[in-house]
Amino acid sequence: MKSNNYNTIFLEDERVDGADKVTGKAKYTAEHNLPNLAYAVFVTSTIAKGTIKNLDTSKALAMPGVLDIIYYGNCPAVPGYISNAAERPKNVFEWRGYKILYDNKVRFFGQPIALVVADTFENANAAIRFVKADYEVEKFETNFDKARLDPANLKGPVNYKRGTEKKFKEANFFIDAEYNIPLEVHNAMELFATIAYWEAEDKVTLYDKTQGPKSTQSTVAKTFGLPDKNVRVIAENVGGGFGSGLRSWPHVPAACIAAKKLNRPIKLVLTRPQMFTLVGYRPQSWQKIGIGADAAGNFIGISHEAISNTSRYEDFREGIVDVSKFLYACENVDTKYQLLPLDLSTPIWMRGPGEATGCFALESAIDELSYKLKIDPIQLRIKNFTTINPENKLPFSDINLKDCYAYGMEKIGWKNRPSIPGTVKENGWFIGYGMSVGVFGAGKGSASVRIVLSNDGKLLLECAVSDMGPGTMTSMSIIAADALQMPIQKIKFKLGDSDLPPGPSQGGSGTTSTVGSAVDLACKTLQQKLKELAIQYAPAFATTSADALEVKNEMVISKTNASIKIDLVALLKLANQEKIDLTINSNGKNAEQLKYTSNSFSAHFVKLAVNAKDGSIKVLNVVTTGDAGKIISPKTARSQMLGGVVGGIGMALTEKVEIDQLTGQIINASFGAYHVPLHSQIPPTDVWFVNKPDIHMNEIGAKGIGEIALIGFAAAVANAVYNATGKRVRDLPITPEKLGYKTIKA
Amino acid sequence: MKPCNQHDGRRGFLKKSASIAALYMTPACLVKTYAMDAIVPLPIAKEKLAITINGKLMNLEIDARTTLLNLLREDLSYTGTKKGCEMGQCGACTIHINGKRTKSCIQLALSNQNNKITTIEGLSDGLSLHPMQAAFLKNDAFQCGYCTSGQIMSAVACVREGNAKSRKSIQTYMDTNICRCGAYQNIVDAIEEVAKTGAKI
Repeated sequence: MKSNNYNTIFLEDERVDGADKVTGKAKYTAEHNLPNLAYAVFVTSTIAKGTIKNLDTSKALAMPGVLDIIYYGNCPAVPGYISNAAERPKNVFEWRGYKILYDNKVRFFGQPIALVVADTFENANAAIRFVKADYEVEKFETNFDKARLDPANLKGPVNYKRGTEKKFKEANFFIDAEYNIPLEVHNAMELFATIAYWEAEDKVTLYDKTQGPKSTQSTVAKTFGLPDKNVRVIAENVGGGFGSGLRSWPHVPAACIAAKKLNRPIKLVLTRPQMFTLVGYRPQSWQKIGIGADAAGNFIGISHEAISNTSRYEDFREGIVDVSKFLYACENVDTKYQLLPLDLSTPIWMRGPGEATGCFALESAIDELSYKLKIDPIQLRIKNFTTINPENKLPFSDINLKDCYAYGMEKIGWKNRPSIPGTVKENGWFIGYGMSVGVFGAGKGSASVRIVLSNDGKLLLECAVSDMGPGTMTSMSIIAADALQMPIQKIKFKLGDSDLPPGPSQGGSGTTSTVGSAVDLACKTLQQKLKELAIQYAPAFATTSADALEVKNEMVISKTNASIKIDLVALLKLANQEKIDLTINSNGKNAEQLKYTSNSFSAHFVKLAVNAKDGSIKVLNVVTTGDAGKIISPKTARSQMLGGVVGGIGMALTEKVEIDQLTGQIINASFGAYHVPLHSQIPPTDVWFVNKPDIHMNEIGAKGIGEIALIGFAAAVANAVYNATGKRVRDLPITPEKLGYKTIKA
Repeated sequence: MKPCNQHDGRRGFLKKSASIAALYMTPACLVKTYAMDAIVPLPIAKEKLAITINGKLMNLEIDARTTLLNLLREDLSYTGTKKGCEMGQCGACTIHINGKRTKSCIQLALSNQNNKITTIEGLSDGLSLHPMQAAFLKNDAFQCGYCTSGQIMSAVACVREGNAKSRKSIQTYMDTNICRCGAYQNIVDAIEEVAKTGAKI
């Protein structure tokens, strides 16, 4: 099988773990089988808010195969559930969020109120219907649009100001408008799942769908009062996350509690409807942007205000208004951000997070302003381009947006864009062009990597990061292959296990920069070690210094005399070493790197058609460009950008969670009713990267792509819809109704 | 408790178990409280199932309520077939039943008496990749890989059905399969590439 023959992989640029994924061999969380496994299924609340007066489990307990039903009446003590800090054991942190199965409070519709455990999935699933709850119902609020109007409901604000507040109003040309984005759900294809197994009273192993094996390990350890080393979290393959796996949700302790109570391994897999309520979402938001410019297009002032929802029991904030502070040169900027707690579960970062929300408003507003000014929207952006971050006054480590504009304009056919909207009609369709910019912070954190060179010439790298799809295993292998100048088929990168050297959670577009820098450092450390070994053990090198040597093509070679060389396998044998085994720590940005501010940038270009009769929207063409430093793995990077476009089309045109305000229930919690883009909605998409190393950012010159692939995209669609029809839609998703069409004719 | 030792045929079983199955297959949120009180817990009969999976004939005794997907994943460890929604909406569980692509999550295993099932594990001979698997790999037609088995099983069927004659047709006939990572363009590239060879797959 090809997966056993990696000879062709480097040349063909395939994912190093790709063969396992196309053959079905790659194992995801719920697919691990343990002896004596029992199955757990949640019973969830059918009210949005209140107290459970009585929970009758007797009928369900009598069902075949049911082993236990865990709920507030019989939940074992969990150290992290103790609210009083004085009573909590040392090193135990209070669980963040609602304490599942622990109290009789209901905080949102669909909250787990009991966990049925049975010998088979069928038996557990059949029994949940026989658990009966009597509630004391309380008044709830899930209506964002209504509740945000009463200032008493709002938390915050967090304010920012430079220059004069609301300065935009003094400008000769300004836009002052409101934008709404509904609640959206990540909906990764793999259902969240946890398999928990207590090997001993104080030692637990979890197969868990998480973007951070180390963070999950730490959370579970601190909740159950265990040392970190007694908690092992395995997440070899993660079937998509988009942010939803960046924290441990309550189902994780639920599985641990059940496994401990029953003293056997427990498998808990969420259902698709539960993916809408139990693992976070992009919060609903309202934004107001005021932006003003002089006649030449110079921005005079930007005011950006936002409200996003959170739950009643946790505050979740994200960077919605942050983009307006630094993306364009502008002396007067003020922002205000408030939270609106609702009787819903807690949101979390969803791809592009707050920046995607903020960029939709800002990039729509700039487009709108460009028509007022009668300046091309790209020229307007160039007019206000800055190489210095106006918020922190530091230079951008690199910014090549103008190259992105040039490529995108050419490829999308920007010259065909009508300067007066609604004026191009072909075969009953209005044609329009739009563009927008995306930006996201480029970070570099600390990570450890173990590097092992064996005397069979094979290289092993290990880090406890996870890979939810971008191809981390592939890009890390490429970094090592480049650094050591050795064939990628001899390299294996192991990840997805908290027992490996600590690495970051996969999120915030930081993996390649953080772990990649650590891999690069590990390879350089190994090279140094190999040079020293050559000097010590190989007679030919006895008189040379390490500086005069290089390690490449699986050899140590003299830089000045290429005939002085030794094969790495021969060197290890000569030194009588089975392997070289090093673990290195790579830190965050150094003092030199901190003199700059680093971001990844993107510019998206859309050509679309709006049906004149029924208002249906067809995206015809997309050009998406990324300015993210050096592109380590061109093939997987391109795929990430393609994925951002698909996600962006969903955000712009189809995705919206609908809440029944009479019950507080999400009523479209399925793929049939919550519309994510399908094959036939995706246009031909051209992906282009600047692909220039950002030398001030990190050692490898690479920045993240995951977020910028999506950030801003929805605005490009909205701007193109305006260009096509003359109708400005500031509420997502953009539907025919919002364009003034009453019905869609088939 | 009256254990059912004898297999009394698919029709007989379906009659007997229709109410249990209907309840089991109904999302919890749609089952009203009054319905719960009316239903008495029944002992669950094991039923016999003869089924061929990837060329291997199996004679099984299974829980009558088991879906074909859960039989594959939970009972037989064919975990290449994925669970994405259990409502027949996402396509991650797509397999071939007697050569036809089918979503395995929305049918009972027992309705497959004497059927021939092909899963992703049985698509190739185990020594080399099926041309569609190779094309997916080459075109990077996946990211997380979770929808991939279903996409590939649908893609093979799409070509065999004669529905892969144009990109537009491929897209239409692949709308059965959701990819949240958004690998759609690469998936269509892969299918088009295989279809264009004209080879029998």
